[in-house]
Amino acid sequence: MKLGLVIDLDTCVGCHACAVACKQWNTSGTTGPLTDTDPYGAEPGGVWFNRIRHYEVDAFPVSKTVNVPMSCMHCEEAACVTVCPTGASWKREDGIVLVDQNKCMGCNLCAWACPYGARELDPDAGVMKKCTLCVDRINDQRLPEAQRQPACVLTCPTRARMFGDFDDPESDVSVAVRERGGYEMMPELGYKAVNRYLPPRPKPVVEISEQTRGENDVDGGSLIGKWMRRQKAAFDAYGRAPEGGAHGVATPETER
Amino acid sequence: MNPAFSVIFFTATAGTGYGLLILLALSRPFGLLPDISPDQITGTGLLGLVLVTAGLVSSTFHLANPRNAWRSFTRFRTSWLSREAVFAVLFYPLALAWLLAEFLTGATLTSMVLGVLVALLALTVLVCTAMIYASLKTIRQWHHPLVPINFVLLSLLTGTLLLLVMGGVFGLPLGRLAVVAALVIVLAAIVKSVYFVQLGQPAGPTINTAIGFTKASVRLLDVGHSGDTFHTREFGFQVDRARIMWLRVAVIALAFAFPLLVVIGALDGGTWWLWLAVAAASGYAGVFVERWLFFAEARHVVNLYHGAQAT
Repeated sequence: MKLGLVIDLDTCVGCHACAVACKQWNTSGTTGPLTDTDPYGAEPGGVWFNRIRHYEVDAFPVSKTVNVPMSCMHCEEAACVTVCPTGASWKREDGIVLVDQNKCMGCNLCAWACPYGARELDPDAGVMKKCTLCVDRINDQRLPEAQRQPACVLTCPTRARMFGDFDDPESDVSVAVRERGGYEMMPELGYKAVNRYLPPRPKPVVEISEQTRGENDVDGGSLIGKWMRRQKAAFDAYGRAPEGGAHGVATPETER
Repeated sequence: MNPAFSVIFFTATAGTGYGLLILLALSRPFGLLPDISPDQITGTGLLGLVLVTAGLVSSTFHLANPRNAWRSFTRFRTSWLSREAVFAVLFYPLALAWLLAEFLTGATLTSMVLGVLVALLALTVLVCTAMIYASLKTIRQWHHPLVPINFVLLSLLTGTLLLLVMGGVFGLPLGRLAVVAALVIVLAAIVKSVYFVQLGQPAGPTINTAIGFTKASVRLLDVGHSGDTFHTREFGFQVDRARIMWLRVAVIALAFAFPLLVVIGALDGGTWWLWLAVAAASGYAGVFVERWLFFAEARHVVNLYHGAQAT
């Protein structure tokens, strides 16, 4: 068994419903609560097993927005398990990587070893927490069989998430990966992530005729051209803090 | 990486203690400090153990759940942190046995053999500590073959400087130990300089391999969280280039240049011990800054998902 997720970057609309469903289910699950800090204050924060980031691939006007949900990849070569000094971090026979809350001493080393940011320390409990692949749903015989799926998969409104066994070549996830060219993130580090991402499907190129280009020239002096240039400038400046980027995180600009 | 004071203090202080004990244990068989008495070895050895203990106690302060710290002895086969914990605890009975043998019997074969074993075990602990960092593929600044060598050399550096102070206080001839100190300083300076140069070479994953779009530019539009997270606090730490450069100069001046000048002055054995004490303090401060930089310059690959183009 090699359980994991397939996430379709073609259909994901970046709505964060999977993250909310994950938080809702798991906060009362086996490794809950997913503690929130300052939940109603100015700087709310807390533990999440699933986070969604939004990227722009390529440059305007041929750019594409890609929404990337990320949770534990349940790696085959899980360094978070081998570096753990207490044995709290472990990998099940079916491939799920878990943290035993009763053994963890909160040294953070597994989070340092994880390239995907899948592990977050609960400052309240002092232990590391992470995606369980909803182990308390998928094996629960009392649930109807159709519901023995991770909460994020069940809730996804665009069906961009799939759960299954990658060891079975005929499972939904294996077929999807085979047919759509599903790939692994940051494969060069050699962690052998199990979760796979399906790339956006190729889309037909929208033709821009020379005539239209002349009239509505983005760089030209026409009224619509000026307006579009302003939009692009505002778009480029969006979300960029004056120095160091928002929350001390590097933005592409500070890197250059 | 966020420079955690407890870990910086631990590696700098326990490193000094282990370095001191290594040199002290080898001073008998190699005649580094001729005429050193058993009392002086025992006293200096206990000082080394105090430094080691202070460092180890400090290291537990960064644990979020120290009640389970005893479990860290259980994964010796895979975890460098577990190995470090096991060897650090095994070190005490061996070191105390050596000091007792030295105190009771003086320069006998037993005390010398025990001393060599103590030196080897101290070296093992240092390598284990360094491998905790060097084994992490997620941080290219740490996943580097010079990192363990640097950890060992800098521990020997601060340890040797402290042993020179003790030798000076005891009024012993310091010529031979000063030669060792000079060699260690020069070697450590070379290793650290090569390491600094190599950090500047672009390497490792980029934002493109991180999200899997390698044929076009990728930039972050929205990070998806409105406030700080565990990852931004732990990995998002950044220092600007100018400050890094100044701190590197400070490391070279405090840890290498000034101590080397004092040690060269001590080669004929005629330096006032207070000068040696200033050099030892300078070396410790330099290593402290070096350890801060070691964390501050380390760039975890998670930053790629938060919008960094490369690490």
